[in-house]
Amino acid sequence: MKAGTPTEPERAPESLLEPPGAVIRRHGWVTRIWHWVNAVAVLILLGSGLGISNAHPRLYWGRYGANFDHAWASLPHFPAWLTIPARYNLAISRRWHLLFALVLGFGLLAYMIGGLVTRHFQRDLRIRGWELRPRAIWADFWRHLALRFHDERDPRAYNLFQKLSYAGVLFVALPLAILTGIALSPGMNAAWPWVLDLLGGRQSARSIHFITATLLALFTIVHLTLVILAGPFNEMRSMITGRWRVPE
Amino acid sequence: MTAGLIGRRTILTGGAGLLLAGCDRIIEQPTARKILFAGEDMQKGLQRALMDRGALAPEYRRDQMSPVFRTNGTRNPGTPEYAALAANRFEDWRLTVGGLVAKPLSLSLRQIGEFPARRQITRHDCVEGWSAIGEWMGPMLGTILKAADISTRARYVVFTCADLYGGQPYYESLDLIDAFHPQTILAWGMNGRLLDIGHGAPLRLRVERQLGYKHAKYLMRIDAVESLDNIGLGKGGYWEDHVDYDWYAGI
Repeated sequence: MKAGTPTEPERAPESLLEPPGAVIRRHGWVTRIWHWVNAVAVLILLGSGLGISNAHPRLYWGRYGANFDHAWASLPHFPAWLTIPARYNLAISRRWHLLFALVLGFGLLAYMIGGLVTRHFQRDLRIRGWELRPRAIWADFWRHLALRFHDERDPRAYNLFQKLSYAGVLFVALPLAILTGIALSPGMNAAWPWVLDLLGGRQSARSIHFITATLLALFTIVHLTLVILAGPFNEMRSMITGRWRVPE
Repeated sequence: MTAGLIGRRTILTGGAGLLLAGCDRIIEQPTARKILFAGEDMQKGLQRALMDRGALAPEYRRDQMSPVFRTNGTRNPGTPEYAALAANRFEDWRLTVGGLVAKPLSLSLRQIGEFPARRQITRHDCVEGWSAIGEWMGPMLGTILKAADISTRARYVVFTCADLYGGQPYYESLDLIDAFHPQTILAWGMNGRLLDIGHGAPLRLRVERQLGYKHAKYLMRIDAVESLDNIGLGKGGYWEDHVDYDWYAGI
């Protein structure tokens, strides 16, 4: 690369402070507490949501939708090992779902405030211009294939794909799951009718709710896979105690 | 290395599986069950705090109605008593309004038809997830309760129906906030016709800010009460008593 071309910031001095093998502080307490509260809520919401889906496994677009209307998707019957409770019980699935919806919603609200106040979002999730250059994206892609997920010059930083997926979950998928969930409540339809207008009707909201949940389930699977590939002990420790060892 | 990887994967995914299975074990504990069931009061409290008492459920245009409004629950009560009422087009049917009222009423369908009627095109949301939009017509429940001079001691209104569940008439209840809501009507008309048997003839409840199972069909009695303790098993409705459905069905 020619000298003088704007490029990735020089980080040589930092790398001396965080050499491979060093144990550093990775995650703040706000992130760690929210992560586990949210992990439990998401798993319970996915399980109980699949139980609710089994009650009427058809998805529609628009304001109405029932057995005689056109369904764009007929969902499979989700097996007992995926649903809460295991044995079909719509009332109990709903009890789990509607209680943990509050945990998810107010947890996310608290984390949004915490993340802004501690400047975690601005500092760690902001995507810098240089990261979006094709060359940088390509390099990050190859690093992933080589199972090296951190930047040796700044091991504490999230890589681009991490930033994109975390921001996508935090600022798009989770808020959309909450908003579409609110749209399914006939009480909230009276309180906030604009939510239904925004989403194009209750059955559209229900479809988007299911699609968003599917994306969150896929994120969870990829996330867990990458935790395993990156070293589960080190990664789990960093999310529990905050301490993370820079990989060799 | 490979074995270690599988071991770790089993631990992680196994952890998630254990959580799901653990949920079923946890709520066998009375305290955990109580916490789980407290979600209903939290949702109700939140919704009531966010919602104006008179906030209206969305109403729709004719061209937004479901082409077919499916029936659900009881399609026909099928008892000899109901068959006899239906046979002469509900001429002998009476709606009894009693309990904590100063003027108990016994109203024929014709008399109910003389009350000013509200016409509303609303969406019916089943607890299972489907929705259907239909047009309903009938007097506001509040008008009938005022005509019966409901007591200030009354806190709930209980509906008793002609259809049987487990040998007992279906029953449901509302508090007075929803009972006096302008869209809470006793519908005798649907989609421009008299209510048919599949949808609850001759009279059914519409309570538009709550789910379908609250909308009692085949109404026979309405009672104003102080408490739900002596109604059925005490939770205010057939499904609430027998399969743990939420009494507050605003979500």
